[in-house]
Amino acid sequence: MKLTKFIDRALLVLTWLFAGLTIAVLAYIIFHIVINGVPHLRLSLFEIRHTSANVSMLPSIVSTLFMVILTLIFAVPLGIFTSIFLVEYMKKGSRFVNVVRSAAELLSGIPSIVYGLFGLLFFVEFLGLGLSLLSGSLTLSIMILPLVIRTTEEALKSVPDGYREGSFALGAGKLRTIFVIILPSAIPGIFAGVILAVGRIIGESAALIFTAGTFAQIPDNILQSVRTLAVHMWVLSGEGHHINEAYATAVALLAVIFLINALSTLAAKKIFSIA
Amino acid sequence: MLKCKFDVKGLDLYYSDFQALKKVDLEMSENEIMAFIGPSGCGKSTFLRTLNRMNDIVEGCRIEGKILLDGKDIYAKNVDVNQLRKRVGMVFQKPNPFPQSVYDNIAYGPITHGIRKKTDLDEIVEKALKDAAIWEEVKDRLRKSALGLSGGQQQRLCIARALAVEPEILLMDEPTSALDPVSTGTIEDLMVELREKYTIIIVTHNMQQATRISDKTAFFLMGEVIEYGKTIDIFSNPKHKRTENYITGRFG
Repeated sequence: MKLTKFIDRALLVLTWLFAGLTIAVLAYIIFHIVINGVPHLRLSLFEIRHTSANVSMLPSIVSTLFMVILTLIFAVPLGIFTSIFLVEYMKKGSRFVNVVRSAAELLSGIPSIVYGLFGLLFFVEFLGLGLSLLSGSLTLSIMILPLVIRTTEEALKSVPDGYREGSFALGAGKLRTIFVIILPSAIPGIFAGVILAVGRIIGESAALIFTAGTFAQIPDNILQSVRTLAVHMWVLSGEGHHINEAYATAVALLAVIFLINALSTLAAKKIFSIA
Repeated sequence: MLKCKFDVKGLDLYYSDFQALKKVDLEMSENEIMAFIGPSGCGKSTFLRTLNRMNDIVEGCRIEGKILLDGKDIYAKNVDVNQLRKRVGMVFQKPNPFPQSVYDNIAYGPITHGIRKKTDLDEIVEKALKDAAIWEEVKDRLRKSALGLSGGQQQRLCIARALAVEPEILLMDEPTSALDPVSTGTIEDLMVELREKYTIIIVTHNMQQATRISDKTAFFLMGEVIEYGKTIDIFSNPKHKRTENYITGRFG
């Protein structure tokens, strides 16, 4: 009796300890970045044009946004349609679905630098797109595709079969059922996946160094080389004498991620307040 | 003599290797309520779902035999399943309103079948909700989500949704089993009213319900129709021992 009580206590203390540790690590990282970065946030870091003197991050912020938008344009429709095919059209447990699913899982386990290498050989060299916004976003599209497929699949599967039956029983066809009944109910889940994907795009550096390059100006077209915030940070810290600016950039990176998360949550609430 | 609506001849149904229905012969007439009773897993729901071909979506499901609707085989090659389901509406065991507004739930069917004019839709929605005896309760909240309604209201909404496409036949798969007694009573009254205009076929576990509302009853057991006829005869004077055992509660 006494022993079980002791174990109970001990386990409780342990869970608190580990939960506390996790939060402490996260808090320390944020604290460390803010302490080291905020004092070095200067107005010159936000000038329109980047020079090696001002090391402005504004072009990188803009490039990051472009990169996110372009990547999502490629990956989200592709991912959603693939998932619709897998969930709504293929038989459950069919061999083909399993192959596609394992392939997607395999893809999500590949280190991003391998994607970078592939992007360099295929998009940059073979297709001749050069180090560019386009090459970078195509590479990242492949990288986040498994994530989008996975989350969309889960979202579609969690739509109750009663909706499908109800729609079919009214004489609605498959296409109408999917687009009018199922997809709208699955959107919150799909949205969650897209937010995760956005996080990966913003945070990615290795794959982009090889495919989008490091040219730190606001691009006027998608075939221009760009430098996203994460890559900008990598360049600054790599050069050695801009460590402070690298920290300041990290603060901006955190801010951008928080902002996008907050905005998308807000947007999601607005859109789905009816449901 | 009432006009025969559904005429089922020698229907066998298989789920892969398992035979779920064995040589079912049944006739269902217009403006009648036909009840299917029987223990769980006896095939009555499966049979109901062959009448609007909902089993088509089930993998490994295969049927033999014929189901004639107004003399025409509904499993013939040239049959448009969507048109069939427009004629043969269905209400499910669990209320399944779409996660949309009350109005959109009802308008979904008519829009599917090509009605686009706002004034026409308004009219259909109001009529369907009135026919399903729920208009008074929802007329002020047509634009609000249907998921905010109570279970009984949701089920009547689903009945209204089925009526909105003007079916000839209404299939109901244990429509009150998830509802409280008051809602059940409302829906039973509604079914008796709807009989004037529709052919109603209902699966029920509740034998009192079958006696209260149905004109004819079929008793299913292990995939076979053991007995069918006028409800009053089945319950007062069953011909088969197994029917008698079931309705007197000796098993099932």
